[in-house]
Amino acid sequence: MTERYADREFPGTYLFDGAMAKKGYALNKMCYSFNEQQARDEFNADPEAYCNKYRLTDTQKKAIFDKDIIGLLREGGSIYYLAKYAGLLKLNMQDIGALQTGMSVDEFKDMLVKNARGEV
Amino acid sequence: MAKIIGAVTTSHIPAIANAMANGLEETPYWKPFFDGYPPVRDWLNEKQPDVIILFYNDHGLEFFIDKKPTFALGVADEYHNADEGWGIPTIPPVTGESELSWHIANKVVDEGFDLTICQEMRVDHGLTVPLNLMWPGHKYGHVKVIPVCINCEQHPMPQPKRSYALGQAIGRAVESYPEDLKVVVFGTGGLSHQLDGERAGFINREFDLKCMDQLVSEPEELTKYSNLDLIEIAGAQGVELNMWIGMRGCLTGKVTELHRNYHGPISNTGAGLLLLEHEHLD
Repeated sequence: MTERYADREFPGTYLFDGAMAKKGYALNKMCYSFNEQQARDEFNADPEAYCNKYRLTDTQKKAIFDKDIIGLLREGGSIYYLAKYAGLLKLNMQDIGALQTGMSVDEFKDMLVKNARGEV
Repeated sequence: MAKIIGAVTTSHIPAIANAMANGLEETPYWKPFFDGYPPVRDWLNEKQPDVIILFYNDHGLEFFIDKKPTFALGVADEYHNADEGWGIPTIPPVTGESELSWHIANKVVDEGFDLTICQEMRVDHGLTVPLNLMWPGHKYGHVKVIPVCINCEQHPMPQPKRSYALGQAIGRAVESYPEDLKVVVFGTGGLSHQLDGERAGFINREFDLKCMDQLVSEPEELTKYSNLDLIEIAGAQGVELNMWIGMRGCLTGKVTELHRNYHGPISNTGAGLLLLEHEHLD
């Protein structure tokens, strides 16, 4: 088991350290490839074949197909690369926030407004 | 001699690029954010800096986690933007300042900062959004940019005290450069935000405002935070404060706040804008 960077736990937060970077390497490498239009097209043409090309685990593939962002974080996904997958799906950061928190997009946006006003 | 005449802090999120590309600056959602910028643009146009030293973090355009520099310095004559995967428009090249970049590399590495030195470096929204905010319409080609890239993605990351010390070393390097150049330093990113996990959407307004105060008057207080402290107080991506702290380290003389704006949320962040004037104490 790769040593964790820190013992400190942060609820609802997935610290991206060496252990996660190792676990999620293939997944993040696939998402990094989505910088290229050709890669996005290739994924869209056959998502499973593209995941297999990058040797994703079955758990990672399921999380990709289910658009399960929390699942992808648990599997070592870095939010910076997952954001590129989100881009491929035409989702923005509020859509991703809503998916992760179980809120509707409007509820998530309302929460952002309240947080930024210091009402929470 | 080269002189640092001032500094700017600004958000760099991709949503700003989209808003500008789609002409949304005057919409109710964006107006309170963009209204903060004209005084900063006016100041830059009046002062006409030759060089911008720009602290940012790469978000998976140039650097992947196959090789992740803790600190990277651009030393090129020109930098290019590229597709980041989500369709924000690719923008014209950024002009570099190779001679001063190499001077900084020589001085700062000798002081013990083991920088990755980059002759080619694709620059992402972290660098391009601030430039386009200051010179809308991509009219930044006349100003020479030195990118300083800090790992804010993968732990372990440089701690705030280290980013501050790097800034101090860069400040000293600039001051020892014989050519008469006017330099402005940009600290980009932040402030509080969290993109990942069930805690996504976290923003801490109170911390952001305190942070802006302390950055001006007592920056060393900010260097007492660890990155783990910042995650707790400012969200997982609150560690981007390192770029602001690095910028502030460069200002070794007298600092005067000329302008500020704080607005949130834009996308998922609290956005802080500061314009600081800097006078060398000779």
